[in-house]
Amino acid sequence: MSQRTVYLDNNATTQVAPEVLEEMLPFFSELYGNPSSMHAFGGQVGHSIDEARARVAAGLGCEPGEILFNACGTEGDNTAIHSALSAQPDKRHIITTRVEHPAVLTVAQKLEKRGYDVTYLGVDEHGRLDLDELRDSLRDDTALVSVMYANNEVGNVYPLPEIAQIVKERGALLHTDAVQAVGKISIDLAKLPVDFLALSGHKLHAPKGVGALFVRRGTRFRPFLLGGHQERGRRAGTENTAGIVALGKAMELATSHIEEENTRVKALRDRLEKGLMSAIPDTRLNGDPEHRLPNTANISFKYVEGEAILLLMDRLGICASSGSACTSGSLEPSHVLRAMGVPFTFAHGSIRFSLSRYNTDADVDLVLAEMPAIIKRLREISPFRNGDGPELPPCTC
Amino acid sequence: MWEYTDKVKEYFLEPKNVGSIDDANAVGEVGSLACGDALKLFLKIEDGVITDAKFQTFGCASAIASSSALTELLKGKTIDEAQKITNKDIADFLGGLPKEKMHCSVMGQEALEAAIKNYYGEKVEKVELEGELVCHCFGVTDELIRRAIRENDLKTVEDVTNFTKAGGGCGDCVPRIQELLDEVRGQAHTEAPAEKKPLTNIQRMQLVMQVIDEEIRPSLRKDKGDIELVDITGTVVQVALRGACTNCPASQLTLTDFVQKTLRELVDPDIVVKEVSA
Repeated sequence: MSQRTVYLDNNATTQVAPEVLEEMLPFFSELYGNPSSMHAFGGQVGHSIDEARARVAAGLGCEPGEILFNACGTEGDNTAIHSALSAQPDKRHIITTRVEHPAVLTVAQKLEKRGYDVTYLGVDEHGRLDLDELRDSLRDDTALVSVMYANNEVGNVYPLPEIAQIVKERGALLHTDAVQAVGKISIDLAKLPVDFLALSGHKLHAPKGVGALFVRRGTRFRPFLLGGHQERGRRAGTENTAGIVALGKAMELATSHIEEENTRVKALRDRLEKGLMSAIPDTRLNGDPEHRLPNTANISFKYVEGEAILLLMDRLGICASSGSACTSGSLEPSHVLRAMGVPFTFAHGSIRFSLSRYNTDADVDLVLAEMPAIIKRLREISPFRNGDGPELPPCTC
Repeated sequence: MWEYTDKVKEYFLEPKNVGSIDDANAVGEVGSLACGDALKLFLKIEDGVITDAKFQTFGCASAIASSSALTELLKGKTIDEAQKITNKDIADFLGGLPKEKMHCSVMGQEALEAAIKNYYGEKVEKVELEGELVCHCFGVTDELIRRAIRENDLKTVEDVTNFTKAGGGCGDCVPRIQELLDEVRGQAHTEAPAEKKPLTNIQRMQLVMQVIDEEIRPSLRKDKGDIELVDITGTVVQVALRGACTNCPASQLTLTDFVQKTLRELVDPDIVVKEVSA
């Protein structure tokens, strides 16, 4: 008997939408031409790429010429940061946050070793930025500010319009890692003065291995990959035609489902979150309760450890993820939870549930039915839970 | 996903000997919530033989499985036989552990030692901090690192981190770990003189909480202030001042001259108190 999979790990990756798969398949069979070829056989594939570019641009409110296709969100983040710096060699200061994805943080740390000054903006206990700290950190030699649109672990949505206004007043470039935001909340680049925005296909029901970087018209740009004229010389390498077509279709679908994402999916998430927190004692919601992605709930279960929770969930076919140390193989819990100052009594027991439009009421029902017993079982094993372990101080958050 | 053996899965999913023993005459506690794993081991010893063993564990699948395996290994053994059990025996019993998880088996060995000391009436929780605390993030001493290197033939700093957690936090102690590696691997396998064990993290944590509840909070409340314990990492205690303390001009003095001083006196002379906004 095969077990039903309840997939609640959509911030890690998503199912390829059936409509997307259908549209990309011909590019693996009859439409295998190279768009750069002289012959019409290859040339017709080029038209499909143009169409995909127009679809992605329409979904973001920008011009097709401002979209570069690439391999993933990480490439977009790396490209934006390196391009911004090499275009302004006299500016030696970067501002980012302590809660960025490693695709930004690791680059920033490496640049520090190469002599750049990096300011890492802190967050409060709900993971919120202090815009005054951003204002005070900006300098005349600030080359780039890189702030994520939405956080992958706790789902916080950052106030990019306000951030953009502050950064633009000081003349620095602004990049946003929007990998988790695109497809879940509306983004209108016509009204949002960011210079770069990175997105990734597999977070919005396109396949893995395709992404896009928005580069605002007029922004000085230095390519990351050299050796070809593709993407108007800004990203060399034969195009991933099937992936690009898929991303175009996925973007169109995301736009048409954005309303559903922010109503039905959000209601599912809310029911899951409230249900778990009322059925299970000693829980805590991590992140900003107000400004959050509609699909994400990061909940900590006190006295138990995340890896053990995930393995028991996995036996029932429920997929989620955790910010605990033991899941990652490192010895410390997630950098995001640490930056937020989540007490250690909670940090190791954090579970991230991230939904998509393919989730149903039945999925939430199953998790609500099974989770209390999983947590209870692990708490029965835990020395902190049954009276003869240490009494921990009450959390007043 | 970790590559766990079937035996690890079995002992995690259906752990044997979970719970406590009401009339246990040997109890050992190691680890802490801050580190992400903790183990409390209960033994019933009659006429020098371990007749019952139970455990409570906070931690990942391999921590739970290692604890359960340890209790199975202990039942029916004499104290002398039990003292010969090493972390490697625990890992072998489970058909091996991923190298990043070897510290779970070391935690079992430490809990066993603490329980046997407790049986012989050594007041484990009253031990003065002796020996050199190498890793402040995870509270690992030079003695523990030396022993792990010797007993498991560890060759690199990464090995030491996998087995003891030392060096897995801020990384400041990595050079010292390398020195210990060079020292142990360069010398013949002679038994180092036994040193008194320092406070384990769990003991330090319990003491800190007790002192804050019983000594510090009541006195702050007299002035309509309050204090919240946010985190403990090694000897660093993070607190948030509450109530009237939050906008009191003397709050910094309160922290160093009262909170830190009290904790240093009553818990551990190395304690550093830091204020965080929680």
